[in-house]
Amino acid sequence: MTQTGRISFREDPNPELRDGELRDGQASSSGHDHASTPLLDIQDLDVTFTTSAGPVPAVRGANLTVYPGQTVAIVGESGSGKSTTAMAISQLLPRNGAITGGRIEFQGTDIAAADRKQILALRGSEIGLVPQDPMSNLNPLWRVGFQIKEALVANGIAKGKEADRRVVELLAEAGLPDPERRANQFPHEFSGGMRQRALIAMGLAARPSLLIADEPTSALDVTVQRQILDHLDHLTDSLDVAVLLITHDLGLAAERAQHLVVMYRGHVVESGPALQLLQDPQHAYTQRLIAAAPSLSSRRLVSQRERARTRQDAEKAARARDPLPGRHDDGDDVIVAENLTRVFSIRGRAPWEKPTPFTAVDDVSFRLRRGTTTAIVGESGSGKSTVAQMVLKLLEPTSGQVRFDGRDLAQMSSKELFELRRRVQPIFQNPYGTIDPTYSIFRTVEEPLRLHGIGTRRERVARVRDLLDKVALPTGVMDRYPNELSGGQRQRVAIARALALEPEVVVCDEAVSALDVLVQAQVLELLNDLQSELGLSYIFITHDLAVVRQIADDVLVMEQGRVVEHAPTEQVFTDPQQEYTRRLLDAIPGRSIELAGSRILGDLEEAQAPTTDSMVSEDEQEQAVRGPIASEGEDPYTTGGVV
Amino acid sequence: MTWYVLRRVLQMIPVFFGATLLVYFMVFFMPGDPIAALGGDKPLPEAAQARLREEFNLDKPFLVQYFLYLANIFQGDLGSTFRGQSISGQLADAFPITIRLAIIAIVFEAVLGIAAGVISGLRKGTWIDTTFLMLSLLVIAVPTFVLGFVAQFVLGVQLRVMPVNVGRDPSWENLLVPGMVLGAVSFAYVLRLTRTQVAEVAAQDHVRTATAKGLPRHRVVSAHVLRNSLIPVITYIGIDLGMLMGGAIVTESIFNIPGIGFHLWDAIRAGENTKVVTIVTLLVTVFVIANLIVDILYALLDPRIRYVSKS
Repeated sequence: MTQTGRISFREDPNPELRDGELRDGQASSSGHDHASTPLLDIQDLDVTFTTSAGPVPAVRGANLTVYPGQTVAIVGESGSGKSTTAMAISQLLPRNGAITGGRIEFQGTDIAAADRKQILALRGSEIGLVPQDPMSNLNPLWRVGFQIKEALVANGIAKGKEADRRVVELLAEAGLPDPERRANQFPHEFSGGMRQRALIAMGLAARPSLLIADEPTSALDVTVQRQILDHLDHLTDSLDVAVLLITHDLGLAAERAQHLVVMYRGHVVESGPALQLLQDPQHAYTQRLIAAAPSLSSRRLVSQRERARTRQDAEKAARARDPLPGRHDDGDDVIVAENLTRVFSIRGRAPWEKPTPFTAVDDVSFRLRRGTTTAIVGESGSGKSTVAQMVLKLLEPTSGQVRFDGRDLAQMSSKELFELRRRVQPIFQNPYGTIDPTYSIFRTVEEPLRLHGIGTRRERVARVRDLLDKVALPTGVMDRYPNELSGGQRQRVAIARALALEPEVVVCDEAVSALDVLVQAQVLELLNDLQSELGLSYIFITHDLAVVRQIADDVLVMEQGRVVEHAPTEQVFTDPQQEYTRRLLDAIPGRSIELAGSRILGDLEEAQAPTTDSMVSEDEQEQAVRGPIASEGEDPYTTGGVV
Repeated sequence: MTWYVLRRVLQMIPVFFGATLLVYFMVFFMPGDPIAALGGDKPLPEAAQARLREEFNLDKPFLVQYFLYLANIFQGDLGSTFRGQSISGQLADAFPITIRLAIIAIVFEAVLGIAAGVISGLRKGTWIDTTFLMLSLLVIAVPTFVLGFVAQFVLGVQLRVMPVNVGRDPSWENLLVPGMVLGAVSFAYVLRLTRTQVAEVAAQDHVRTATAKGLPRHRVVSAHVLRNSLIPVITYIGIDLGMLMGGAIVTESIFNIPGIGFHLWDAIRAGENTKVVTIVTLLVTVFVIANLIVDILYALLDPRIRYVSKS
């Protein structure tokens, strides 16, 4: 068991605890050898929200147990009730939410109906919280140090000068460099990762015995995510704090927690020791989650052969076009970027201070072959989105050029440019921000058609219907508005809009980063299907290498504006040349976990042999495409078209 | 921060010139001949009228008049009325009265409006919220002069708790009711604005985080909800300070208070264009300074504003 139990790469500060857990082989409720009384015991919890449409059940009969010092993860998609369950513990539900049944025993007392004073005594000092989004969880108007100090003062840990000193210690403990200066800064002067560290310092300030970590790193880059989770693990282990981790990422949960609780539509559908649950999932939903997690089963989706055929067709079609004067012969490459550089100047604070030049993109060159996908990978600030903006001609390069179909973007006439806008389309990250909330779905998708004067009104209606069908949305959504759709559905609308003009190139800037794993998997499959069907070329920008493996043919790894590695996808995964790429790869959660029915991917060195083997045969790859759960027909969760 | 304030001060200069030019232009083309009307039924002799026109530069073209006026102002001379009274002397008497009235109105609308708004916003949807909302709607719907006359009739004539006419040299107490009438509509707006803001901020993530770290409710409300909610409210109150000065015209005529509004109304009726322009310029200056104070307060309240030049 200890040999296959490589649950993570991190140094395990407490191997005893883990082994004990694994030897159990049973749900923790059946007994625990290091602590017999649970710290938290939730029994048959019901939470209901009162809405204008009547009561909506959010959690139904949920059970879960956390022992002192243990890490338990609740896994599920958004709307599964995982956060609601956690927030109910210290009565942090929104105003319209209430506990309508069950018990929450904390340290032996039922706190489900505790009064305000009792709960106040527990918040912070016994139950800490590390919230989801570091951007919105610090008050922008107070210095970071002050906000942590509040937690110390309110819980009677320290006050005055002593508290100030403690704040600096806490920030240092959370891994923030230069904590003294940082304590005096405002949240907007912090990066996302730094803010999350400050929030961890805040959550642990009063040394609680239970820390609720609600998607603590979902909003962060993978590498930062890994650092912060490692640090959180280390801290909670050394302080012996129990952690209730809430996440939609099964790989991450399995890597960090000893015990998993899977929630679906308000119910706990399965729970058990992490490894056992991953290797032998009983519930169909758990099986589906495992199949969808890109970090666990990544392979290039869709058959190579089929794609090669459509690619050749697309190339032939492109060659058949008359060569125009001034056109560069780029062969089969639809987009060619040569020595792209973009320098921004940052204005000084006083008028006489000279602006400082900042090179966001530094000498980047790449070629995008028709019908293929090139991924641009890097952490935030690496310049990947700036490259995308230059390819879309939303931003002019300082030097270098971008050619589309052999024509330099900078020299295009306004007519050619209008044509470019039709042939190159973007899909952006946030499906909540990129669709006009006052436009109906029909109008959203129809707008580009109308703008480019395509078809009569009736033809356009038919075309929109066709597009919505293509992205697996029912025609019924045409008259609806964005706020009535889920995030996944909105991203499909954005894709339908991008495809409306039958573009040749689609630039996806973090197009799936904001989505749940299940929705992400669906959108990726959709993009892949559309590629093999229509011969589209993608530039796919992401910070998540796990996703890259599912969609890209070539990978460009960017760091601080420069390309540090440029290679075919499989080569990047099996034989990364740069330290930076290796770090990005290491940051993918749960890569080393053995799954139900699949082979061990193992650590990087070990992963090489089996992975290259499976890459040799295309047929074998095709089989592996849909992940380890093969029996699709029997799985009620894989057949539903719309999320 | 220094640069922020300096930039705002510099921005006041074109506003000042623009406003005076515009007002002067409008007054210049006002119908009627104030000099001819000076004598009432018995018109002044032609020669006397011509002399007055020359004295007040009325015979010169518009732009020359405007620049002569500006030159006088910068020499500290606000001029005199056609009847020969010193405008600066009149304003020195009237201005403190209106300032007092405006202070009462501002304190009334800010203190009560914010307090009621916070209660309403935190208890959104309860009976107390509904009551405050209905009250504010009522105050907004009823015109100020109706409210003024009702207050005057009920409190002054029937209950006799205040003088019906305030008259010369009013005390703070005498101005209390007129001040509240003046600030009534703004009170309703402040209440509504605060309510919306508080309800919105109270639902924000960082407020939940503040609660989760163990802060008692009053701390969460004062440090994390109220401060964040106040930014737009303060903007509104600052702009309102300027509006109150103008709004004082109605209130001051109802209660017979010899303040700025009273004088402005008087000057417009008599066609005293120099006086009109001077008073309006004064009001514009108050307005601009109030806005400057708001901008500075804004920067003090929100650290993010101070760094705006960085991007």
